[in-house]
Amino acid sequence: MGADNGKMIRTKDLTFWQKIYLPEVFKGLRLTLSQIFKPKFTTMYPEERFQPPSSFRGRPILVEENGVERCVACGLCSLVCPALAIEVQASETELEKERYPVKFEINMVRCIFCGFCEEVCPEEAIIMSNDYELVFSSQEEAIFGREKLLFSAEQMRDRLEFLRNNR
Amino acid sequence: MDILIPSIKIAVVLIALLTSVVFLVLVERRMSAFIQNRIGPNRVGPYGLLQSVADVVKLLMKEDIVPAAANKPIHDLAPIISIAVAMTAFAVIPFGNTIELFGTTVKLQIADVNIGVLFILAITSLGVYGITLAGWSSNNKYSLLGGLRSSAQMISYELSMGLSVIAVILVAGTLRLDTIVEKQTAYVFGWFPAWNMFLQPVAFISFFVAAFAETNRLPFDLPEAEPELVGGFHTEYSGLKFGLFFLAEYMNMITASAVVVTLFLGGWHVPFADMLGLTGFTLSLLQILAFCGKILLVLLFFVAIRWTLPRFRYDQLMDLGWKVMLPLTLANVLVTALILLAF
Repeated sequence: MGADNGKMIRTKDLTFWQKIYLPEVFKGLRLTLSQIFKPKFTTMYPEERFQPPSSFRGRPILVEENGVERCVACGLCSLVCPALAIEVQASETELEKERYPVKFEINMVRCIFCGFCEEVCPEEAIIMSNDYELVFSSQEEAIFGREKLLFSAEQMRDRLEFLRNNR
Repeated sequence: MDILIPSIKIAVVLIALLTSVVFLVLVERRMSAFIQNRIGPNRVGPYGLLQSVADVVKLLMKEDIVPAAANKPIHDLAPIISIAVAMTAFAVIPFGNTIELFGTTVKLQIADVNIGVLFILAITSLGVYGITLAGWSSNNKYSLLGGLRSSAQMISYELSMGLSVIAVILVAGTLRLDTIVEKQTAYVFGWFPAWNMFLQPVAFISFFVAAFAETNRLPFDLPEAEPELVGGFHTEYSGLKFGLFFLAEYMNMITASAVVVTLFLGGWHVPFADMLGLTGFTLSLLQILAFCGKILLVLLFFVAIRWTLPRFRYDQLMDLGWKVMLPLTLANVLVTALILLAF
């Protein structure tokens, strides 16, 4: 284009039947009308909910094992987070892991669900869940603290297995 | 009595038209959804039947915004012209033969005028004023472009529409719509219904294509052309005034289908109904139902075409109108006239 002064060049000429247009219209109609009887993709949302596969990146959560979170508060997730959504404050503990987060907050308004935190975590402590239903009525409500983030390892088994097999 | 019967007919036809518009919108939305493998609106009422009612209530409660730079009287007048024209055109369409009610024979046509076809052509071409004035009075470049496009398009396609109607008139020998329908109740070779669709296939196709252009439906919806013109002539309309344009568009669709049915598909004629031995009231009822059924089929075809074909480019539209349809319909009139002259 361009060089030929905007004049259209057909590489293939239309046949006579294509030029009189009507048979092509009926071809198109046959295609669209045949779609009517095909199964629909729509799910009736509030009644029927989509169950995401384990590869789905829903909201990030913290894994809890034996009543304690796995997190050692190394701060890597907070460092790698491109949207600066994660805030971690570390402290010492008597447990074997020695460190734990006193404060762990994810601002779900900022989170972009990239999954970098999950990828960078050395302890498999922060992973992406399959929860996609996020509704807030204020900015403050969107900041998820530990009580909303902690899930037991059994609950998250599918995702943990997926990570082990695909990393 | 002279006033009572026409006013009852007007009331019945108007109510039928308005309710069928409401359901036509739903039918279109459901059908488009099914074509796109979706389900469509099904929440309001059983099977979503009340969806359009909810939409109408929503439109009624919306604020009516008029642009500061708009020409206010004309801005108000344009939707009224559109809706009045859309309602008027149905007046001459015979939706049945005659019906016996309480001892009087009622002709199922509001206005039995002897220039029926001409009346329809005249009234539908007035519809362009509504759209053009809406586009001009809004003082918005997109609206103006939409209005201009619609006037150019309607004028171009009215020619081929008129010429294809002339072929029908030549066959029927009259401008009366009821006589045109009656002529179609005959049979060719004694068994084949003499619908103008079969006698005048070229006129039928060109009239149908022109009807798409006249009602601003895809593939000829250039006056609206959402991706190019932000909605065209009704960009600056909101609330009930937008609702009136919407109503007028769908009503035009029904009227266009009714005209197609009357001129080409035998109107209220049910083939071989006379052989079933039906008489009187039942036959009249069957004929009205047949008329409505035919209209419904044509409407479904309108909708299916909308979701099948992409929009024409403006130059393609004009090419088709002036270089293809006009010579084709002219030739059709010529051939029809020669054949009628020869036999």
